[in-house]
Amino acid sequence: MVRSSRARSTRSLLTALGGVAVLALALAGCGGDDSGPTAGAYGFPQVAQDDKAPITVWVDADRVKAADAFKKAHPEVPIEVVTYDGSANGSNSFRTKIQLFDRTQSGWPDVVFSTQNNDAAWASQQSNGKQAFAAVLNGGLVPQETLDNFTPGALNPCTVDGKVHCLRNDLAQVVLWYNKALFDRFGYQVPGTWEEYRALGEKVAGEHPGHIIGTVGDAWTPEVFFWGSKCQANEITGPKSVTVNTTTPQCQRAASMLDTLIKNGTTPNVSVFTPEFVQKYAGKVLMMPGPAWYAGAIFNNPQSLNVPAGQLGVAPPPAWQGEEAVTGNVGGGTWFVSSHSKNLKAARIFTEFVTTADDYQVALAPGYPAYGPAAEKWVTKQESSGYYATDLKAIVTAGTSIWPGWGSGIFSQEAVWAKTMTPAIAEGKSLVTLLPEWQTAIKNQAQVDGYTVG
Amino acid sequence: MTLVDRTARAAAVATRRPPARPPATRDSLLSYGLISGYAVLTLAFGLLPALYAVYLAFTDATGGFAGLANFTKAVGDFRFWPAVSHVALYLIIWLVALVLLVTVLAVIVHAIRVRWLSRTLRFVFYLPGALAGASSVLLWLFVLDPTASPVGGLLRLFGFDSFVQVILPGNLPVIFAVIAFWTGAGGWIVIMYGALNNISAEVIEAARVDGANAVQIAWRIQLPMLRKWIAYMSMMSLAAGTQLFVEPQLLSQASNAVVPNDYSLNQLAYQYAFQQNDFNTAAAISLLLLVVALALSAVFVTRGGLFERE
Repeated sequence: MVRSSRARSTRSLLTALGGVAVLALALAGCGGDDSGPTAGAYGFPQVAQDDKAPITVWVDADRVKAADAFKKAHPEVPIEVVTYDGSANGSNSFRTKIQLFDRTQSGWPDVVFSTQNNDAAWASQQSNGKQAFAAVLNGGLVPQETLDNFTPGALNPCTVDGKVHCLRNDLAQVVLWYNKALFDRFGYQVPGTWEEYRALGEKVAGEHPGHIIGTVGDAWTPEVFFWGSKCQANEITGPKSVTVNTTTPQCQRAASMLDTLIKNGTTPNVSVFTPEFVQKYAGKVLMMPGPAWYAGAIFNNPQSLNVPAGQLGVAPPPAWQGEEAVTGNVGGGTWFVSSHSKNLKAARIFTEFVTTADDYQVALAPGYPAYGPAAEKWVTKQESSGYYATDLKAIVTAGTSIWPGWGSGIFSQEAVWAKTMTPAIAEGKSLVTLLPEWQTAIKNQAQVDGYTVG
Repeated sequence: MTLVDRTARAAAVATRRPPARPPATRDSLLSYGLISGYAVLTLAFGLLPALYAVYLAFTDATGGFAGLANFTKAVGDFRFWPAVSHVALYLIIWLVALVLLVTVLAVIVHAIRVRWLSRTLRFVFYLPGALAGASSVLLWLFVLDPTASPVGGLLRLFGFDSFVQVILPGNLPVIFAVIAFWTGAGGWIVIMYGALNNISAEVIEAARVDGANAVQIAWRIQLPMLRKWIAYMSMMSLAAGTQLFVEPQLLSQASNAVVPNDYSLNQLAYQYAFQQNDFNTAAAISLLLLVVALALSAVFVTRGGLFERE
């Protein structure tokens, strides 16, 4: 048979397979045991507990190390590790799979790692009348002392209506990365405000064309530039309500700055994860506002910019003149405990270990730990590596100055930006004129996901 | 089957009347056996899920009757009409290109008298179709990125310096049509070639004797006799095309959502089912797709004379 009809039959076969699987699972679900959940001691309904039951843990490829470290430290707790994509790149597989388990009423994993920040928004809520997936962690399951030790604000993406539904793995606060060697050679000062940043960009365009001071090609551009500018694009005011106003002066100033810098070529519309970026800009990145994980993912990565040791410096995120510096955040993983778990104790021990224990967070973790005491040791360790040209104080300070006016809703701000703004920038449109369009796109997406938009 | 055939068969049956129902022979048992596998699979993976979709489309999350609520919700979604227009534009570009190019290429390949050349060409045309859908899209991800593409120079010639410029919304219908043509056309060329072989040599010979040249033969003899095959190709391709999914979905992931994940109707249905946990509206969208594809197929069937018997 030819491809078109084969493709068609494959597609319908896949659809059909899905349908039958759902049907079969639904039927199987009807015959399941009837020991329903009872009101639990921790603020959510729980099933009968069994301290010996093995727990299933979902991690992405990078977090397999965390599970391995746990096995070594706690051989007495039996865990079964399942690797999945971490819900990354908009796949949303975490949510998709849990919804299917909700339909069949069985099969949930006990602990899940997600690379995203918007999972608590749905995992904390009942869905079609089914019990919320995420266990409440601050109702006695995790000791309050542990929760208090997290960097202030670190658990914001996990907190819905005052209840903590996940533990943060790492923080992704935006700082200003810069190449100290280039700054010294050009005789420039590292900017302390966005106004200075913009002025320096204009200077670089004239004096050292080809060098860049940032990028707008990635979906997290709003989190890097608009979050720290206190733009009201994502003010989550309740579990199902959001306020969006992207035409405020705070949004305008960031957009207008970017318009200038895009136009003069110092802030290209290129994703940092493309071969194009590496080809064009290796050795030419003067500075770049970006999350803490840029260090390992881009600068100190042989496959990317591969900046030699002793050149990369880090400065605090710039402030807007006359204001205190606040910053944005780009991701940072989260760990969830299932409210359906038969062994909450083991799930809790595991989750606490991977987020707080030095064995993982200091010894192995690539990102800046969200757990305060681990973060301090992590910074000391990184500084002693001799890679950085400066100390890492800026990262620590930025970790506590993430602006709280930007929330974590179900819908993805990044997806909205990518599809409405990135192509428009490529077409040469100005960000300032695109702001109303951006607002409409966010509102539409929020409404589709059941939000009331203010 | 001609009338003569049928009368002869009837006569033959009449003469061996006595056993009113002939006992099942080994042959017919075998044919039931062979067909049963297909029938069971069609039932399990084709018909039952389709019925389940109909059930879902008219009920709500709790199983209560929902009337047309799911349909109005889908049609009222801000992503619905853009998706419809995306798919429609893609279909127009692709179907026209498919019909024109496949027919022309098949006639040309058929006209080539050098055996090895004709055979090689058919093989080359067919080759891309041998790649499964998703992997051929992955290949295109590289072709479309000017910095990684083997035809990067060509892309830059058209003013595309970066991947984002290539995948701007305005270019997408053409890109998807090109990908679909590249993967699907070869198979159809081979089929059309077979159909051309079926045209009796005497007819062509007669035309030639009457003084028709190659173009006239193609236009006045071959094309009219291919009509059913072209209609068949259009119908199958239309059905496949309305279900556009793999190409935009992969391109969306590869471009970190610059190509939206709700570009086509099937993607929108997927979003509803697996992101918004709303299987009912997803089912409603798939039913709408089915109705539209059926209606358009009916046009091809009647206009193409697909069910006419000579």
